[in-house]
Amino acid sequence: MTLLASSATEHRGLTMTLFGFFVLTTLGITVWAGRQTKGAADFYAGGRGFTGFQNGLAISGDYMSAASFLGIAGAIALSGYDGFLYSIGFLVAWLVALLLVAEPLRNSGRYTMADVLAFRMKQRPVRTAAGVSTIVVSIFYLLAQMVGAGTLVALLLGVSGDAAKRWTIVAVGALMVVYVVIGGMKGTTWVQIVKAVLLIAGTALMTVLVLAKYHFNPSELLGAAADASGKGAAFLEPGLKYGVSNTSKLDFISLGIALVFGTAGLPHILVRFYTVPTAKAARKSVLWAIGIIGGFYLMTLALGFGAAALVGPKAIKAANAAGNTAAPQLAEQLGGGAGSTGGAILLAVISAVAFATILAVVAGLTLASSASFAHDLYANVIRRGKATEKEEVLSAKWAAVAIGAVAIVLSLFAGKLNTAALVALAFAVAASANLPTLLFSLFWKRFTTAGAVSSVYAGLISSVVLVIFSPVVSGAKTALFPDADFHWFPLENPGLVSIPIGFLAGWIGTLLSKERPDPAKYAELEVRSLTGLGAH
Amino acid sequence: MESPPIATAPADVQLIDDSPEFRTLRRSFRSFAFPVTIGFVLWYLLYVLLSCYAPGLMGTKVVGHINVALVLGLLQFATTFAIAAWYARYADRRIDPPAAAIREAHGAVVHAPRESAE
Repeated sequence: MTLLASSATEHRGLTMTLFGFFVLTTLGITVWAGRQTKGAADFYAGGRGFTGFQNGLAISGDYMSAASFLGIAGAIALSGYDGFLYSIGFLVAWLVALLLVAEPLRNSGRYTMADVLAFRMKQRPVRTAAGVSTIVVSIFYLLAQMVGAGTLVALLLGVSGDAAKRWTIVAVGALMVVYVVIGGMKGTTWVQIVKAVLLIAGTALMTVLVLAKYHFNPSELLGAAADASGKGAAFLEPGLKYGVSNTSKLDFISLGIALVFGTAGLPHILVRFYTVPTAKAARKSVLWAIGIIGGFYLMTLALGFGAAALVGPKAIKAANAAGNTAAPQLAEQLGGGAGSTGGAILLAVISAVAFATILAVVAGLTLASSASFAHDLYANVIRRGKATEKEEVLSAKWAAVAIGAVAIVLSLFAGKLNTAALVALAFAVAASANLPTLLFSLFWKRFTTAGAVSSVYAGLISSVVLVIFSPVVSGAKTALFPDADFHWFPLENPGLVSIPIGFLAGWIGTLLSKERPDPAKYAELEVRSLTGLGAH
Repeated sequence: MESPPIATAPADVQLIDDSPEFRTLRRSFRSFAFPVTIGFVLWYLLYVLLSCYAPGLMGTKVVGHINVALVLGLLQFATTFAIAAWYARYADRRIDPPAAAIREAHGAVVHAPRESAE
């Protein structure tokens, strides 16, 4: 804590000013976007008027959460090569979205993931299941971001005590609800775009500064990082974190699978494909996103190894045991070290970027989950499709307020949870509950309502139950309840078991049901998803 | 700008679905997307398994402090970029033109969303 605390007061004012500027700018954009938001298509899908490039930036903004920026840089700084393994899974996952999901989803759906799942099934059971899993995944993800925000503020601004953490969580929650209620998808998309540009610019600046210290020779940087880590060559090889035992190896495989199959099932990512006019534009958004996100993860390599070499694991661990402050600490070091003006400025800039990152991601999550509540649960299940467009949008805004409130309250109680585990859990639930149903609906003619419903619930329940009985919740020092021990599932990530369960349940549910799928509806879905005929 | 929802009768859609043009389009899409997906998932799993179970191989130095593990990791990035670019090219040639042709042929019945803004 010493390194950060010493100069915390110097940069605090600057961080607050920069962050205040970001909040004011984005609120201005939100009000402007809100004035142009008239109907449901504007509120849920930003009027479908964004270009592939704009949406690609917005997708990157939605995806590059605080967990990726601060978490991965910290993981690399402390665990060396094993931290890099996360980035690879997070990036490769985009090929699933590109090849199998983005274009058909854009063509056959309207506002939510459930539009595609319910296309040829019985509306109410399928929409209920999809709405529930959308909200569960989003809340896990929201919790991770908001708990992270509380911890970060305390560390970066040098304020200690639970009160500061609590007020940060409340403020972040209130702001995200304002963005969503006033700006809808149009406002939220522009917030993502601004944030993505800031994050890329900040990361690129630090990357150049790090590489410049090592004559732009990556090998020299790696050597310095390995020396400073105290672990030598092992720091640059896999195994420091996950190679300890057979269980930790299986855990790593489980995590890897969840990351790769989870991305294309994350609700706040899926709704992004509706903000562009055509399937081709949806494809272009993913292509841009792959380029931007890939570049970003390559730069986090330089940040992580740079932090290991220049800040050193001792100072990083002293500030935050999980390494979450490695990137801001590196910024201070690159600017000239603690106490210097340059250090204070660069630290303030990077801290403000980190807050902007959290704020934008939580807004995206709130929008996706409130859209699913309004469009799937309220309009189609509760009102049986008889709600007017106005009533539906109004219910989405109320849902945003309610989800914001629930997220704030849960975050206040979940302060001790490990944020990385929560994010990985959100990916595992998305991969187990959403992706199997989505793929079966699009590509398997025989798939039925019973199959869809059993796949969603089996994936959802198995992943959540396995986590409850895993070392994340009890039986380990870092667990939610470290003093209790009721765990029987050895892995921290449930993906290895729950994803196959999701697929199997969809298959068995279909085979066992007597329902005959309607071939005409499948023909319509197929024609629409491949050609865009009749797409909204 | 919302285009009107599908106005085609189910029978017409069935006709499109059965037409040779559409079957070719579907084959072009599936024969690319399915095998390539299986390919990159296996390639990624191979990398994950090597990281877990072949530390000796992964730790072998290639140049300076750069080892096999780092090279394989960067190769995952390279193949991801390459597959994305490959698919973009393939879709431009083999998926977009036939899809547009089918849309135009049935455009009188159904309004496709605007293509202009990409």
